[in-house]
Amino acid sequence: MSQAILKLLEPHAVLLGANVADSTEIIRLLGTELYKAGYVKESFIDAAIDRESRLPTGLPLGGSFNAAIPHTDIEHVVKPGLALATLKNPVSFQNMAIPSETVQVSLVFLLALEQPKAQIEMLQEIAGVLQTPRVVSALMSAKQFNDVIDALKVEE
Amino acid sequence: MVGVKRILVACGTAIATSTVVARAIEEALKERGIDITTRQCKASEVKSLASDADLIVTTTPVPDNLGVPVIHTLAFLTGIGKEDAIEQIVEILSK
Repeated sequence: MSQAILKLLEPHAVLLGANVADSTEIIRLLGTELYKAGYVKESFIDAAIDRESRLPTGLPLGGSFNAAIPHTDIEHVVKPGLALATLKNPVSFQNMAIPSETVQVSLVFLLALEQPKAQIEMLQEIAGVLQTPRVVSALMSAKQFNDVIDALKVEE
Repeated sequence: MVGVKRILVACGTAIATSTVVARAIEEALKERGIDITTRQCKASEVKSLASDADLIVTTTPVPDNLGVPVIHTLAFLTGIGKEDAIEQIVEILSK
């Protein structure tokens, strides 16, 4: 059960089957939704894009789908929150561990964290989701917000 | 008696990723009865903090020649190779 994710996930910032050209576009779309919903300052969006270019967050998961977990410095955050996108077609992110490598990403969690080392439960749950191919697949086939909830309620 | 081993956990900004990694390492080693402390830092801080650590676990590139063993892995985020990474940590700390 992903209780902390469900608590912090902003429904308006869940974009399913998003059709975007690149990683910048999806970070901008999700960041804008978090901004409109009051989780982050407007500066968060450019800061998250900038950070992604310097310290990338692409994560190869070894299965059909790969993920990225963009985030940025706490000064741009108003309150903790989470945005989620599944992409119609994967876009390139750079690999967190080996930034020269490209990862084709279909699942994006944009994290708004207001202090370091906080929201540990949410972060652990996201790692749990990424480590559970069944849940990743269920998220990827979600058509509406309720499907996301159902996918995240599955026991890991 | 051997002192508690210190693991420096590095990531890009020391906000999210290293939090997950540090907690995962703590839990995995606790299960094996190994006492450790973790400290989180940014990759850019590794060089200045390395000398206080017995081992560095990082998700992002860090400089070479830190004088401390380095494990560079995403295993604690993605689960891929996690058991191997834990074994590697145990082996290094038992030296």
